Amino acid sequence: MKANSSQTAFYTLLFALVLTGLCAVPVLAQGPTPTDDDVNRIAKQLYCPVCESTPLDVCPTEACRQWRDLIRTMLADGKSEVEIKQYFVDHYGARVLAEPPNRWVSYLVPAVAILLGVLILVRGFQMWMKPSPVINGGPEQTNSDAPPVDPYVARLEEELKKQK
Amino acid sequence: MTDSTTPAPRRGVPLWVQIIIWVGLLGLLGIVALGLRRTQQGTVQPGQKIENFSLPMYTGYQHEGKSEVHLEDLRGKVVVLNFWASWCKPCEQEAAEMEQAWKQYEPTGKVVFLGADYVDTEPEARVYMKKFGITYANGPDLATKISQYFRIKGVPETYFIDQEGVLKYVQVGPFTSVDQIRSQIDKMLSE
Repeated sequence: MKANSSQTAFYTLLFALVLTGLCAVPVLAQGPTPTDDDVNRIAKQLYCPVCESTPLDVCPTEACRQWRDLIRTMLADGKSEVEIKQYFVDHYGARVLAEPPNRWVSYLVPAVAILLGVLILVRGFQMWMKPSPVINGGPEQTNSDAPPVDPYVARLEEELKKQK
Repeated sequence: MTDSTTPAPRRGVPLWVQIIIWVGLLGLLGIVALGLRRTQQGTVQPGQKIENFSLPMYTGYQHEGKSEVHLEDLRGKVVVLNFWASWCKPCEQEAAEMEQAWKQYEPTGKVVFLGADYVDTEPEARVYMKKFGITYANGPDLATKISQYFRIKGVPETYFIDQEGVLKYVQVGPFTSVDQIRSQIDKMLSE
């Protein structure tokens, strides 16, 4: 009789444990309830195409509210930030991202433009800083005995002297 | 008379630099002009041949047993393409009329209604479709590719494409009656 009652108690306890375990599984799968901060951390990196130039975390429209709810649901389902952002890109296009996708073209074009700009500046400075050859004997040459470099100018000077 | 009459050689920006600067400026102006043109272009205009597009269906929706509709497969039929969203209040004004019109043309097999769900979330979209009893082919406009092609300005907008794939009529905003929808379709069927 005693054995029977201890057996019953054992099975009752086992049943209770299994039941508790079964109830706990969905709770564990869902994870902790995401807070508004968790949702907004991702939402502020997204822009709804309907209300361009307004980040999702502060956008007051119904469409944006639905998107925030979707982020909350996905977070509760255990999806990561990267997975959620990828879902939004797949469904609504890359333009929903606050930052453009990390593509090499995104960096190549500005890099080439900057390099080209620097090259133009350097070449420009080189040209502008290069002293121009003094040909016509400026004011500093008036008192100088140095012969003019240009034969034409030299001849002209000579002719002028003859006329005096 | 120390000043010479020979002009001093000009020190300036080299020619190749000038060319690059001008080409760059013209390119920039071109990009701005294209952007402005696109902004002011409005929706796709009637008379234009519509390029092929694919619309995947929501689970539970299909067209002739297929879970994805391709426009080119619908040649020979009038296509009524309706852009909508569950968050769009004006869309609700025409939702019942669209379904009613579809029910009238469905037995003929000459008209196809397509619903392209624009920037929407699936749970809310499903609630909307259930609420208005929508049965015609419906699916999400993935990555907003179709709406970008048609350059829609908002929802609802409806595009009537004829049997040869040419756009015949654009309705911006909701329809107010079934007759309004039918008049466009009947006109296209009689041509």
